[in-house]
Amino acid sequence: MSDQRPEKANRPLRSVLATDCGSTTTKAILIEKVGDTYRQTWRGEAPTTVEAPFEDVTRGVLNAAQEVAELSGRKLLTDDGAGILTPEIDPHTGVDAYISTSSAGGGLQLVVGGVVRSMTAESAMRAALGAGAIVMDTFSSNDKRRPHEQIERIRQLRPDMILLAGGVDGGTRKHVVALAERIRAARPRTRLGGGFDLPIIFAGNKSVRENIHDLLDDISDLSVVDNIRPTMETENLGPARDKIHDLFMEHVMAQAPGYSKLMGWTDAPIMPTPGAVGLIMQTIARQRGINVLGVDIGGATTDVFSVFEGIFNRTVSANLGMSYSVSNVLAEAGLPQILRWVPFDIDEKMLRNRIGNKMIRPTTIPQTLEELKIEQAIAREALRLAFIQHKEFAVGLRGVQKQRTIADAFRQGGDDTLVQMLDLDLMVGSGGVLSHAPRRVQSMRMMIDAFAPEGVTELAVDSIFMMPHLGVLSTVNELAATQVFERDCLIYLGTCIAPAGVTRPGKPVLRVQLRLPDGTGVDETLDSMTLWHLPLDHDSSVDAVLTPLQGTLDVGEGPGKPREVSLRGGVVGLVFDTRGRPIVLPDDHSARVTLLRKWVSALGEYPDAGVN
Amino acid sequence: MAAVFTPGLKVTEHTIVLKDRRLPLEGEVLVRAGDLVKAEDIVARTELPGKVYPINVANQLSVDPGRLRDFMKVDVGTPVAVGQQLAETAGFLGFFKSESVAPVAGKIESVSTVTGQVIIQAEPIPVQIDAYINGRVVEVIPGEGCLVQANATMVQGIFGLGGEVKAPLVMGVDSPAEVLTADRLAPDMAGKIVVGGCYVPLAALWRAVELGVAGVVTGGFDYDEIKELLGYEVGVAITGGEQLGLTLIVTEGFGEIAMAPATHALLRKSAGRRASINGATQIRAGVIRPEVVVTFDDEAVPAEKYIPPEPQGLKPGDLVRGIRTPYFGRIGRVVDLPAQPAVLETESKARIMEIEFADSTRALLPRSNVESIEQ
Repeated sequence: MSDQRPEKANRPLRSVLATDCGSTTTKAILIEKVGDTYRQTWRGEAPTTVEAPFEDVTRGVLNAAQEVAELSGRKLLTDDGAGILTPEIDPHTGVDAYISTSSAGGGLQLVVGGVVRSMTAESAMRAALGAGAIVMDTFSSNDKRRPHEQIERIRQLRPDMILLAGGVDGGTRKHVVALAERIRAARPRTRLGGGFDLPIIFAGNKSVRENIHDLLDDISDLSVVDNIRPTMETENLGPARDKIHDLFMEHVMAQAPGYSKLMGWTDAPIMPTPGAVGLIMQTIARQRGINVLGVDIGGATTDVFSVFEGIFNRTVSANLGMSYSVSNVLAEAGLPQILRWVPFDIDEKMLRNRIGNKMIRPTTIPQTLEELKIEQAIAREALRLAFIQHKEFAVGLRGVQKQRTIADAFRQGGDDTLVQMLDLDLMVGSGGVLSHAPRRVQSMRMMIDAFAPEGVTELAVDSIFMMPHLGVLSTVNELAATQVFERDCLIYLGTCIAPAGVTRPGKPVLRVQLRLPDGTGVDETLDSMTLWHLPLDHDSSVDAVLTPLQGTLDVGEGPGKPREVSLRGGVVGLVFDTRGRPIVLPDDHSARVTLLRKWVSALGEYPDAGVN
Repeated sequence: MAAVFTPGLKVTEHTIVLKDRRLPLEGEVLVRAGDLVKAEDIVARTELPGKVYPINVANQLSVDPGRLRDFMKVDVGTPVAVGQQLAETAGFLGFFKSESVAPVAGKIESVSTVTGQVIIQAEPIPVQIDAYINGRVVEVIPGEGCLVQANATMVQGIFGLGGEVKAPLVMGVDSPAEVLTADRLAPDMAGKIVVGGCYVPLAALWRAVELGVAGVVTGGFDYDEIKELLGYEVGVAITGGEQLGLTLIVTEGFGEIAMAPATHALLRKSAGRRASINGATQIRAGVIRPEVVVTFDDEAVPAEKYIPPEPQGLKPGDLVRGIRTPYFGRIGRVVDLPAQPAVLETESKARIMEIEFADSTRALLPRSNVESIEQ
């Protein structure tokens, strides 16, 4: 995506079919104009058919579309059943537009390089991640590997493309050329093979372009775009991101089975799935003027997206997930960190074996409540770790001299991260463990425990993982995308109210004064380590005065200061969290289990109310 | 939506096994379609490019990279030996010369007048692949390898460590519910694949390595002992390259779980015969399961490439294994496949099936928590 995208084409549309071709499932949704508003009306899915024996992605697309057609009574396929019927002929025949995203076949995999790891290499990584790629490796002059080790690594990896940055314009030449020499020496090959040269994008110091051509022209399909970091103080990700998308279409997609045909059907370029999710996040943040944090927790990876003060960042935690990568969550978090969220006793060896068994049989689901609670404990840790990685990555430009004020010294969340939780307005969760939790309050608890929102934060989940479809729709008709996002995609869980700062145990933390929709008032004083739940519909909001009762605590107006705010409800309602930040659980086992059960009970999380 | 089941694991006495034997890089195929091959026969070979070593010669000589070519003693494309002089400065009146020598043998790949680097490509590394099983070559993929086909007994496991091994099978325990303890292992098991039962403790595996056992097949193993065994955790199930000294194949899963009786019986029947085993496991797209293949070594191998039938969905009477708590590792037969989803204890809705276990008790399991045992 370019940072300066061309103006969105707001084509008049009556109906849109959108598909997302995932690794295992192709999901189709139908969007129709109902009265004056766009709504998501029907959905269908079918197994993805990229791999043998079909090796043609369009088979899965047609199957998913046919399911939508059968459910909706709208004819969506051409008479021979071999294509999508566009444009709409009447309300029962055809659609005005067909669009698609794809992450099948492992998504878009890049290797990136830059001169200094925390500067140009980081900018290159940001461009690649923002375009929806998985970054397989980042190499730089100072990444502590010796040159021959880097060459060996580049040779082993078989990326879809390489993005090489390095040097500000007019800056270092030698280090950039040295990186290109290593790429040349490695003679990297494409993942999908097929006799095509590997696409390499050079987005570095413009004064070495000639050298780069000399070194890489004959071994790759080289593209040169504007420098990603023309000066220390500026980052220009747009041209590199756009080129990644172009090459994704021209090379990666064109070589994947059936995609040439699919590209001929779509009314907008096929986008990598995470790239499309990032786009809808940015659209919402821009339109509502809010800061947004999004997470998509899958079986193998966890993506985190954020838009703070208009700056978009995305990270992929490639080995944090709930099935294929679940053992990696155990390895990275450690068993005690997972166990701290489990409200009962369990033998540690047995738990390790259960997690291992989930890794080797990734499609299984919890059948017992105990299993569900364990899975949700693991999810908290996967989310927490992915979020730590995101905060470390979502930073201002490094290498730039900054003037700091005294206020900066009191900021939370790392010295230079853009992710400031007190400024966060909306948090959106998606992925099976969040979107399909049996009770919505479980999703809310998982997100609160993992992300530790501060101040006043709305929480929502993506109902059926519709965000990719809406991201690509936003490139065709932004209004349709945002209307469907608000009305059908998001399920608002409610609002979390949590004073930031360390609380003194056993003391009152927060005074909550509310004016409820029926006119009655509530005046409640909450002690530390409390979770208090107040049901409140999505369509309702309450006026609140929140007063921190400990001088260091902050609900958004500064330490110790009261805040007047309107709180919006949701399918769960309001959750007041006085556990302080960071959330620290008691070391003593029985005290911790007692506390966990109290919280489970307060929120009505499980049918057994946490007694088990 | 089509019914989707966890792919089943094969436990089959008579089947046709097709093995894809391909080189990592283009090379030479040494067999022809129709050839009968033995497991050790080399079917294809190639050379991997040698490692690449960049040396900053300009820095070593303390000269400007732009003038590096003036000092080079060898040209691009020239072979060099270890210690051979690459470049030398003129010095002062013939004294105080600086030189750079080759740290490895290889060929000069490039000389950069921007960075001052000289890149040496080391000697290529020969690579060859064997047939892995006794059988017939049914297809040659020019420049890449071939497909070898055989009549065989086939047992797929769920997780493994270590690569390909060919050795005779020997029973280490009498029943599928027994633990393969260290004292069950004897020196005459060296070079053989030992079949265990429900579990193998780490001490027994160490003992097996010490004795030179080629492989161990077991129902269960403890997940946390992988770290003890390898020195690192396996976070995602992509294995096969481990250097353990033996190949481990787990048929049921992590923990102490009796090996499926049908699996144990089949391995017992194959005892004494030579098996080809491979611990390589990949759970994600392009699934690879660890396996035990015992070929019949007859000449009646079909010359045509076998195309397996499309997998069928489960039906009543099929043998299945529970693969999640509370029925993990339990073997039974499908009784019913209700069309309507049911509400589980977790309050989730899921499609289910009714299973009757060996002790005649019945239970409802989510379909995704069941794996078929393909016989």
